[in-house]
Amino acid sequence: MFDTLSTRLDDIFTRLRSRGRLNEKQVDEVLREIRVALLEADVSLKVVKAFVADVRARAEGAEIHKSLTPAQQIIKLVHAALIGVLGSEAVGLEVAPRPPRVVVMAGLQGSGKTTAAAKLGRYLKGQGRRPLIAACDLRRPAAISQLRLLGDQTGVPVHAELEATDPVGVASRALELARTEGFTDLIVDTAGRMHVDSDLMAELSAVTAAVSPHETLLVCDAMTGQDAVNVAESFGAQVDVTGIVLTKLDGDARGGAALSMTYVTGRPIKFAGVGEKLTDLEPFHPDRMASRILGMGDMLTLIEKAEKAFDQDEAKKMEEKLRKAEFTFDDFLNQMQALKKMGPVSEVLGMLPGMSKMPIGDAQIDEQLPRIEAIIRSMTRSERNAPAIIKGSRRARIARGSGTTVQEVNKLVKQFDDVRKLVKTMSGGKGGRPKLPGGLKLPPGMGL
Amino acid sequence: MDTQLLVIILVVLAVVASLSGLALGARDRRRSSEEQTSATPDPAQQRGPVAVQETQAQATTAATTPSVGRRPSLRDRLTKSRAFLSDRLSEVLGGGLDDDTWEDIEAALIQADIGVEAARRITEDLRAKARERRITHAEDLRGLVAEELVSLFDFERDRALAFAPEGVTVWLVVGVNGTGKTTTIGKLAKDLERRDKSVALAAADTFRAAADEQLAVWAERSGAHLIKHQPGADPGAVAYDAFAFARARSIDVLVVDTAGRLHTRVPLMDELGKVRRVIEKEGKVQEVLLVIDATAGQNGLVQAREFAAATGVTGVVLTKLDGSAKGGIALAIESTFDIPIKLIGIGESIDDLEPFDPKTYVDALLS
Repeated sequence: MFDTLSTRLDDIFTRLRSRGRLNEKQVDEVLREIRVALLEADVSLKVVKAFVADVRARAEGAEIHKSLTPAQQIIKLVHAALIGVLGSEAVGLEVAPRPPRVVVMAGLQGSGKTTAAAKLGRYLKGQGRRPLIAACDLRRPAAISQLRLLGDQTGVPVHAELEATDPVGVASRALELARTEGFTDLIVDTAGRMHVDSDLMAELSAVTAAVSPHETLLVCDAMTGQDAVNVAESFGAQVDVTGIVLTKLDGDARGGAALSMTYVTGRPIKFAGVGEKLTDLEPFHPDRMASRILGMGDMLTLIEKAEKAFDQDEAKKMEEKLRKAEFTFDDFLNQMQALKKMGPVSEVLGMLPGMSKMPIGDAQIDEQLPRIEAIIRSMTRSERNAPAIIKGSRRARIARGSGTTVQEVNKLVKQFDDVRKLVKTMSGGKGGRPKLPGGLKLPPGMGL
Repeated sequence: MDTQLLVIILVVLAVVASLSGLALGARDRRRSSEEQTSATPDPAQQRGPVAVQETQAQATTAATTPSVGRRPSLRDRLTKSRAFLSDRLSEVLGGGLDDDTWEDIEAALIQADIGVEAARRITEDLRAKARERRITHAEDLRGLVAEELVSLFDFERDRALAFAPEGVTVWLVVGVNGTGKTTTIGKLAKDLERRDKSVALAAADTFRAAADEQLAVWAERSGAHLIKHQPGADPGAVAYDAFAFARARSIDVLVVDTAGRLHTRVPLMDELGKVRRVIEKEGKVQEVLLVIDATAGQNGLVQAREFAAATGVTGVVLTKLDGSAKGGIALAIESTFDIPIKLIGIGESIDDLEPFDPKTYVDALLS
C-alpha cells in the first residue's frame, strides 16, 4: 500500500530479470503492472494511459538488441519514455533580451508559491543577479508579511503595498520599479487560487497581462494526486505556463504529479523544492528523476553530495585502511559524520540503486545515528582501535555509558567486524556483486 | 575516482543498518525517557517573551462575515467543475452493462484518489452485486454505486468534535505544509464564537514566517484570543502558556495551530508529540485534527499513519473540496486507519467549514 513507484517497478523488474525471453503476453502483463505502479505513485490516469500506450508503441517498433535481455530492453523503453515526458536535461529560466526578466509564480493554495518565490530570489541572488520580489498575494492574511520576512532573511528586496487591493496594480508598479531601479529579475508572487474559480483565474490572467512575464511558473505540490492533470490543464488554458516548480519533494511522495504536470503542459519542471531552508531549491534534473523513478538510483546526485561532504584525501586513506582491515571505530565515526553532512541517511539510501527495497523503515535509520555515536563514544581508545577486546563486562559498561542496551552494542560491534572482514575479502580479488551484511548490495562495478 | 567514496558510504550504511532491527524498541525507549526527563518541568525556563494579544474585534467582524443566506451548498461546490460519475453514467445510460462500464467506474474511483486497490475492490463488489440483483441497465446502476460508496463509511460513528466535560477543551491541529491548518482554525474559531463559546488560539507555528500574523487576522475576524511568542520560540512553550492562559480566563476552547511539517522529518514529528505532552501535563487534549488537502494523492495515507503515530490523530479535516479534487484519500484514511473525517473545508471565507456527512458527500460526488 505504501509502495513507491520505485519499489513497484523494482518488483516487476526483479521478476523480469529472473525470466527468459518475453512473449507478447508477458509484455502485456508488465505494462499492466507499470500502469498500476504509476497510478499508485499518483500519476493521473489519463497520463498513465498515454504513457503506457507510448511504451507499447516503442516496444512494438523497437529493434531487438542482441546485447540486451528483454527485461533490460523494457527498462530502457520505460526510461526513454519517462525522459520523453520529463525532458532529458535540466532547463534553466528563460533569458530576457532586456532586463528585468519577469517570473510569475502561480498555483493552488498551499502549493508553496511564497516560499518558492523567496527561494528563487535567493537562488538568483546567489548567481550574482539583483532580483526584486513583488507581493501580489493580497488575499491570504499576512502573506505580505511572510514575504517581507523571507526577503529580510535572504536579503532580497520585496515590493509590497499594504493597503493595496488590486494585484494588477501592485504588479505593474513593481515592474516599473524594477525597470527604473535596474533590477535584473522581478519575481511576482500571486495568491493561491482554485483552478475552477473563474474570477480568480481571470485575475491571474490580468496580472500576467500587466507584466508580460518571460516565465510563468506553475507551482505544484509533489504530493498532489489525480487532480494534478486538471490543475495543469486549467492553469495552462488561462496563462502561458512556461515551467513547473515541484515543491515538497523532500517528503516520501514520489514522481506522480511531476509526470502528470509535464505531460499535460508540455513544459519542463525547472526547479524542485527539497526542504524548509531557503537554500533548499535546486534545478530539477529530469534524467535523474527518471532514473530514480525506475529504481536505478540517483547516483549523480549522490556523487555530487558525497564530493562536497567527504574529504577526498581522507577518503583515499580510509579506503586503504579498509583494504587492510585497519579501519577503526574512530575512522568509522569520522566517516559517519561526513555522511551526515550529505543529509538524512534515509535520503542517501534512496539514491542508491535498488535501495528503495531496503527493509529499513525510512526515517528510522536516521534515529540510529545518535545511538551509534553514543555507543562508540562510550568506548575507550583501545576498544575503538581493537574492537575484538570488547567482551562481556566491557559491553555492559558501554551500554550503560551510552544509554543503550547490551544487545545494541553487540549488534554494532558484530556488524562492524563483519563489514570489515567482508571489505577485506572483496579487495582480495573476488569478483561478482558481493552482498554486505544487513542486506546492502554493492551496485555493479563498485567492488574494490 | 568516486568508488572510494561510494565504498565508504556503503560501509557506513551497512554498519548503521545493523541497529535498524532494533529501531522500534529504541524509539519507544527514547520517547519514554524523554517523558521522564521532562516530567519535572520548569515552565519559566521554557518560556519565551510572552505576548498575549487580546482581540475583541466586534468592529471588524461585521465587515468580514459574508451573509449566511447566499452560501452555495456542498453539492454546488463539489460539482462546480467536473462531475464524478454522472457524465460517465449518462454516457452509458440506456445501454447495457459491459466491461467498459465497469472500467469507467473503476477509472472514476481511481481519479477520485481512492487508490488503485480500493477502486478495484469496490468495482468488483459492485459487479458482484449487480449480477446478484440482476441489474443490467446503466440507469439502475447509479443507486447501487451510491449505496456502495455510502456503505464504506461507518454511520454509527460520532463525527462531532469532542469537548471537555469541564474546564478547557483543547484541539490540536496538525498536518503537512500547505494543507490549510491556519485557515481551518480561523473557521473553527468563528464557528465556536457563533455557538457562544469563548475561544483562544495558540500560535504554535513559530517556524513559518508570519504564521502568527496570519493567525492573528483570523483571531480578529472571529473575535478569539491569541497567544503567541517570538518567531522561532519553542512551540511546546507556546502551547503551555496558551493553556495556562485559557485556564486562568476560563476559556471554553483552546485551538493550537502547529507548523506544517513533512511526516518524514523525525525531529519535527517528535516536536509535535512534545507539544501534546506539554499540554497533557496540565490538562487534556480532546481532539488532534489532521488537516488533509483534498488534492493530496496516495501519500495522504502515509501522512495519516505517521501523524497518528506521533500525536494520536482523532479526526481528519478534509480541506479544499471546492476545487475539482474529490478527496478520496480521506475515505482511504478513514477505512484504513479508522480515523473519521470530521470536517470539510469548501472555500476561503470564514464560514466555509462544515461537518462531514457521508451521505451528502456521496450525493455530491454522484449528482
